[in-house]
Amino acid sequence: MTAREEILGRIRSALSTVDKTETVVSRDYEQTIEGDLVELFAERVADYRATVVRTAADRLPEAIAEQLAHFGISSVVTPADLPAQWVPHADTDAPPLRVPALDATDGVVTACAVGIAETGTIVLDAGAGQGRRALTLVPDFHLCVVRADQIVGTVPEAIARLDGTRPLTWISGPSATSDIELNRVEGVHGPRILVVVIAGAPEEVPQATRMSSISTP
Amino acid sequence: MTGTWLGMPPFPEAARKALGDTQLRTNLRKATGTIRGKRAAVVAERADWEALRVAGKEIKDRTLHNLDTYLEQLERNVTAAGGVVHWARDAAEANRIVIDLVRAADADEVVKVKSMATQEIELNEALAEAGIAAYETDLAELIVQLGHDRPSHILVPAIHRNRAEIRDIFLREMPGVTEALTDDPAELAAAARAHLRRKFLTAKVAVSGANFAVADSGTLVVVESEGNGRMCLTLPEVLISVVGIEKLVPTWQDLEVMLQLLPRSSTGERMNPYTSTWTGVTPGDGPREFHLILLDNGRTDALADDIGRQALRCIRCSACLNVCPVYERTGGHAYGSVYPGPIGAILTPQLRGVTADEVSPTLPFASTLCGACYEVCPVLIDIPQALVHLRAKAVDAKRGKPSAERAAMRVAQWFFGSSRRLRVAQRLVATGGRVLSRRGRIGRLPGPLKGWSGARDTATPPRRTFRTWWESR
Ligand code: SF4
Repeated sequence: MTAREEILGRIRSALSTVDKTETVVSRDYEQTIEGDLVELFAERVADYRATVVRTAADRLPEAIAEQLAHFGISSVVTPADLPAQWVPHADTDAPPLRVPALDATDGVVTACAVGIAETGTIVLDAGAGQGRRALTLVPDFHLCVVRADQIVGTVPEAIARLDGTRPLTWISGPSATSDIELNRVEGVHGPRILVVVIAGAPEEVPQATRMSSISTP
Repeated sequence: MTGTWLGMPPFPEAARKALGDTQLRTNLRKATGTIRGKRAAVVAERADWEALRVAGKEIKDRTLHNLDTYLEQLERNVTAAGGVVHWARDAAEANRIVIDLVRAADADEVVKVKSMATQEIELNEALAEAGIAAYETDLAELIVQLGHDRPSHILVPAIHRNRAEIRDIFLREMPGVTEALTDDPAELAAAARAHLRRKFLTAKVAVSGANFAVADSGTLVVVESEGNGRMCLTLPEVLISVVGIEKLVPTWQDLEVMLQLLPRSSTGERMNPYTSTWTGVTPGDGPREFHLILLDNGRTDALADDIGRQALRCIRCSACLNVCPVYERTGGHAYGSVYPGPIGAILTPQLRGVTADEVSPTLPFASTLCGACYEVCPVLIDIPQALVHLRAKAVDAKRGKPSAERAAMRVAQWFFGSSRRLRVAQRLVATGGRVLSRRGRIGRLPGPLKGWSGARDTATPPRRTFRTWWESR
């Protein structure tokens, strides 16, 4: 008998006395939340000690340039399909850069698929403007642009928008560890600096404002 | 290399030794205190927390009650997406499959993402015997591995080490680290980053576990903090994931529950820094080859036990460890298994068999039955009920027949069947026991407890139950 047959057989005999009618899952938890989602998203991302910037959509290239300058990022890579005017001098990942080349690059600028306000999370699904997963992993600096209309309230809303068969990366703040005395320390293997730029409709954001990261001791 | 669990002494003996270690207790008290506070804050933020827990329980029950169907569905979807599915009856079979795959990839080293399943099957030891080096990449696992130590916590395997001890281990074991290294956690993390960077960028094969496997999409999920998981899941050419058969959830939608319950319960965060999901292989993005090893290793035995089965709902958040008064005092090593604390006390004897070794039959007794674990468990595992049930099994196995002790356990089981009944019973005992006692000890008890109390004195139940004291602490 193969291991497969044997394990399935053991399961069937273990469950022989169990009622096989499907257990109904009650989903009485919150599906949506009220309020200013963009504001909440900005606050919650900043809670993870990421840098959050809000800008009008038509000022996006300037906002990106300011952040790159602020963090001293000179070499930048972007996915091949990122709008070229966002980062005019970037290298594009086409043909795909080899890992050592990525490692030698200061930073990466991408778009995202969804932002989740409740948890301060951005989700990348390798779709438009996001590139393959290694791109946002190897460089030490990641700037991610989130359009205000990509922000949903809750995790259930995000799950409903996402396609499970695409490779997804959910990002909540810069890489961190809680392994030393259970205190969160930022900066281990993933990008140590995360900048989230929220691009709103021009009339929503009268001028570029920068929320500095909220730091908790 | 990590020490093995073989030949661990029974819990009481190991616990006595651990209790003498004041550094260990100080480290644990500090760490579990921190995490309890963080968890409580992010749980209090959610008015719908109880509804999430109920949904979490139901999703896992639905999985377990139809496990054969969902495993076959998962296998179909992973295969259709270009992955290869293997089945392993036990640890030896799983280890053999991994070794063969690593050899087929022409590699002599692997990078590893923290995984309970691979610790359970002692994969690192098996790889070492086959001449394959395994590099743990999670910071805490690295601390354990470099310290030639054993893990003592599900989430933070090196929780028993403080920053000064970690600095000493790095100084001793990490090539290139000098006296200039301080015990500042940020500096320690930076040292680990530098140490592992080259390994990540050059490794050909990675081995991981998974937090969840979604049957209806064939998707695997790894929840982590540091980015070492992303490195292992993305950069190597070959990815091998060893996953317990109970890790399934039926639908993609079910993740909306699990991804809320797990981070809040485990690290006390609204969301952990990184969650990766992947389905088979994606051309041009990540590994070229993906192998999923579905592991039984005793799980089907637990599945056959009507009361013990609920332990398979566990999502390894470790909240039950962090609130457990016994764990806080003895530490994780005393449990003689990779699964310490309350969940270990009910999972280990079921996976290994209650009479498998010296430590297993003693584990269900490693508890005060205070019920704190049940109150925090995100998937509502009634650990006290399972403990009492397994105590009866352990006693039966020892005596070879049902005994008075077992009869008493049956009564206790009824009381622990609901936490309200337990509170009432504890208060009853607190009053009733005082009536029976003479000079602070209870002698012979009436009824089914007679055989048990004949041989030993029972301490008079305290005026305050343990549970009310612990809660008020
Ligand atoms: S038993 Fe419950 S609380 Fe304990 S680790 Fe498992 S899921 Fe978490």
